[in-house]
Amino acid sequence: MQDHSVVIQELDFRYGSSPALKNINLEIPAHGVTAFIGPSGCGKSTLLRCINRMNDEIAIAKITRGSIHINGIDIHDRSVDVVKLRRDVGMVFQKSNPFPRSIYENVAYGIRLRGEKNKAVIDQSVQEALEAAALWDEAKDRLDESALGLSGGQQQRLCIARTLAVKPQIVLMDEPCSALDPIATAKVEDLIFQLKSDYTFVIVTHSMQQAARVSDKTAFFYMGELIEFGDTARIFSNPTVKKTEEYITGRFG
Amino acid sequence: MFDPETLIRKGLPKGHFKDRIVRTLLSGVTYSIVLIAALLFGKIVVDGAPVLFKAEAPFVDLEFLTAKNETLHVFDDEKGNRYQLPASQYSAYVVKNGAEAIFNEQTYSYSGGGIIGPIAGTALLTIGSMMLALFFGVSAAIYLSEYAKQSPFIHAVRLAILNLAGIPSIVFGLFGFSVFVLIVPVITQDPSDRSILTIPLMISDYVISFQGWSSSLMAGCATLACMILPVIITASEESLRAVPQGFRDASLAMGATRWQTIRKCVLPFSLPGILTSSLLAITRVAGETAPIMFTAAVAAKDDLPWEGVDGPLDVLSSQVQALPYHIYTLAARIPNSEYTQRAQYGSVFVFLVLVAILSLGSVILRSKLRSKLKW
Repeated sequence: MQDHSVVIQELDFRYGSSPALKNINLEIPAHGVTAFIGPSGCGKSTLLRCINRMNDEIAIAKITRGSIHINGIDIHDRSVDVVKLRRDVGMVFQKSNPFPRSIYENVAYGIRLRGEKNKAVIDQSVQEALEAAALWDEAKDRLDESALGLSGGQQQRLCIARTLAVKPQIVLMDEPCSALDPIATAKVEDLIFQLKSDYTFVIVTHSMQQAARVSDKTAFFYMGELIEFGDTARIFSNPTVKKTEEYITGRFG
Repeated sequence: MFDPETLIRKGLPKGHFKDRIVRTLLSGVTYSIVLIAALLFGKIVVDGAPVLFKAEAPFVDLEFLTAKNETLHVFDDEKGNRYQLPASQYSAYVVKNGAEAIFNEQTYSYSGGGIIGPIAGTALLTIGSMMLALFFGVSAAIYLSEYAKQSPFIHAVRLAILNLAGIPSIVFGLFGFSVFVLIVPVITQDPSDRSILTIPLMISDYVISFQGWSSSLMAGCATLACMILPVIITASEESLRAVPQGFRDASLAMGATRWQTIRKCVLPFSLPGILTSSLLAITRVAGETAPIMFTAAVAAKDDLPWEGVDGPLDVLSSQVQALPYHIYTLAARIPNSEYTQRAQYGSVFVFLVLVAILSLGSVILRSKLRSKLKW
């Protein structure tokens, strides 16, 4: 088992009585980018939210079978602290959701959650996170201004910086570019490319071009099932399952 | 084929007159409501404002606001001059001129002096009940909106709270009387005779005695708080729900606990809404007569709430005057005449001004806080 990798075994998941994921088996390698693709409602976001247990917040959501191991630890084990898990497994959401506070406060939020009180340390961490998210140059002179004054792409990069500031090992991204224009998208993709040696990225995307551009591995989901998983280059050039080929060639979805 | 005569209809459209009639009717109804409101406020302002305001500096009759309530004596002297004096000045006058110098004397209870007693009582009742209601209400709202799973049971709880808002205030008054005045436990050394149950505490001779708080400031505060709770809970819950789910998700995903998320990412952003609705609730609390009638209010009291007491607990367990109850007393319990109008309209006017200030405050507060928090 590789370091920091996510191993999903025989996972079944339900929203109330309707099954959302069926028998998912997947190994996500460390230090790389894994893309989840598939049509809307195929369960890819649900699976993503399972990895840091964000589905715990949804009352009717329930894992009925199987397990998810991160670094060999079953994350649904009772001894696992979900708060600590989420510090290791960060998440960037589809809709950029900066807090209506200053840019600095947004990034410092997660650092303060760790109990960090030393202003110098927080300042340092904020700068590092903003640099990592390639936002420092644009934001360094306006750290005290509201984050809502940033453009959409900057807001999303701020959300990424905020997530990185917590120093996670795995970063989950739920369609991070769906609301961004091509230039902002390119910046975010650049960012993922720069950071992928330090973090494990799992990215849900609707854009097959994006999956092809940024990811090392691609998983194709359909109707709550994992249809095909493999190296991105192979999936896009030589899919073995007919459904995958139909999807990536745009015949449905 | 396309005859313009048939394409473009000439003359008034069908139903034109009906439309006009409906429009006139609806606007008439609307403006008649405005008229009623204007008459109501006009009457109070015209009769009440002269009591409070004066032509010369400081333009406000401070005595009316700061003097204690007294009986008004109306009488003539031997030359036929008419005097209107509150009891204290009247007795000075009698001492000076002798009782035989008084002619045609009439007395009107509560109509002389000022209204500091009711103002102070209402202020204490409002502050106390709002503190109680905010603590319980916001706590309940946080539980309902942030912690509770959305089960049928929670829906039933929410429905019950909503229904509570529709209960007439007099029912709350009776509830407060039967619970807070007569039953709730107190720790005391000498339980009252009507105590329902006493439990010895084993600490010297202290007992827990279920004898109620009798008619007192704290019984009144508790009753008013109960009355206003559903409003606070509902409004707070709405404000909490108005905070985008994304904030909670982002905070949780960064490894915040539920409470950290609520404290840092939900409450600060819902506070404007909670405060605004609470300010509106204040006007209701300050204005209700029925809940305090049996639980806290007293028509006449010589001392202000904080005078002649041995500490805060004594303040809480004594009765108070209150503005709405004072207005009720003036209007319903003493004979009306031209001499009582000053106190009556003055009190109502002061009361209206207070409510107006609070409402205005809530509007200003809301717009200020809203402009700071946008998402």
